[in-house]
Amino acid sequence: MYPAKFTYHAPWSVEEAITLMNENEDSKLIAGGHSLLPTMKMRLATPAHLIDMKNLRSLLSYIHDKGDHIAIGSLTTYHQIESSSLVKQAAAILAQTVSEVGDMQVRNMGTLGGSIAHADPAGDPPAAILASNATMVIQSSGGERTVAASDFFQGFFETAVGAGEILKEIRVPKFSGGSSYQKFKHPASGYAVAGVAVCLTKNGGNIGGVSVSVTGVSDGAYRANGVEAALTGQAFSEALAASAAAHAIDGIDALEDPFADAAYRGQLAKTLAKRAIIAAWNNA
Amino acid sequence: MKVSIKVNGQNYTRDIEERTLLVHFLREQAGLTGTHIGCETSLCGACTVLLNGNAVKSCTVLAASADGTEVTTVEGLAKGNELHPIQEGFWEKHGLQCGFCTPGFLMATVQLLERNPNPTEDEIRHGLEGNYCRCTGYHNIVKAVQFAAAKMRGEAIAAD
Repeated sequence: MYPAKFTYHAPWSVEEAITLMNENEDSKLIAGGHSLLPTMKMRLATPAHLIDMKNLRSLLSYIHDKGDHIAIGSLTTYHQIESSSLVKQAAAILAQTVSEVGDMQVRNMGTLGGSIAHADPAGDPPAAILASNATMVIQSSGGERTVAASDFFQGFFETAVGAGEILKEIRVPKFSGGSSYQKFKHPASGYAVAGVAVCLTKNGGNIGGVSVSVTGVSDGAYRANGVEAALTGQAFSEALAASAAAHAIDGIDALEDPFADAAYRGQLAKTLAKRAIIAAWNNA
Repeated sequence: MKVSIKVNGQNYTRDIEERTLLVHFLREQAGLTGTHIGCETSLCGACTVLLNGNAVKSCTVLAASADGTEVTTVEGLAKGNELHPIQEGFWEKHGLQCGFCTPGFLMATVQLLERNPNPTEDEIRHGLEGNYCRCTGYHNIVKAVQFAAAKMRGEAIAAD
């Protein structure tokens, strides 16, 4: 399988990449390529211009301790993230979630920025980005802007990254509470049929703050506000986890495909939410 | 476009179409057909090679993106007639049946053992989850990897 023909570019700076995007309307950025290339081989994407970010790796591949948050360059690979002691210790939900993406070879190539800018509704990383309240740094010819996770994912393969913009950095707040990502893998592709990320803090026997996000179930990852409201400030018990998790798909039309119909997918989300809440509590 | 890739220590400079995939470059431009094309969708792992030391699925990398890199394929494992310990493990433990998936398993195992020289059976199975054997010969593949790991750690190998 070959992709359709395209003109190849490999810029040496973010500014040059932005200029190339602005000059060539039908263009796509490629990072690790593990989401885009399969799509191009299926001819579901046929960009006329492909702008390879390989020469920007030395610039945009990093994990920096910034005091209250960790700054991760958009071209940082899953393997770099899953093997970072800083991320494992201060953003455990991200380390765990990316360790469940694809397989060893995919995690060697796939990048965090590429994945979330692609925004596959069955991708794992958006769940961790939402649950950890990360902030995305986006650059265009007009300068930089930041976008909160809650405003970043905008539906089916849609994000806040607009035409002529590049996702440069992901800022993940440090978090010392408990967290867990629970996923049901599609047995062939490894993508999430459903996945739930939970971050919570303990306040004695009660749940303090909590964030819950769901991927694989809707046209994009989302925060499960109903689950969060049912947990916040409450005394923890497994019964509470189960009753709160029942709100995991409130207001959501669950996706359907030949592998999982909406009812099954919704039930998976609720079950995984319950498991993730209990696991997060137990490691808080 | 012109692309130069060092494969198993030898430089290959070729004029290729932009959309050429690394696996096609290796097989058709470099003539190294040990790397196999299986699913072509980055799932099966038959096309696994080392790209600057990292195991990658070469059906999902553009040759253009690999310009200027160093690639190791299965042809680069043995030293002359002396098999690499991983190849020896697959030979000794019958880690293959039809052999189609074997080059990919060998290359993925190189990375696995480099990162974890003494993996448990679970770690081997998890580490190689990106490689499929449709003969389902996984038990012997695990034994082959254990053999190779022990040999590479310099331990005596028990006979069967």
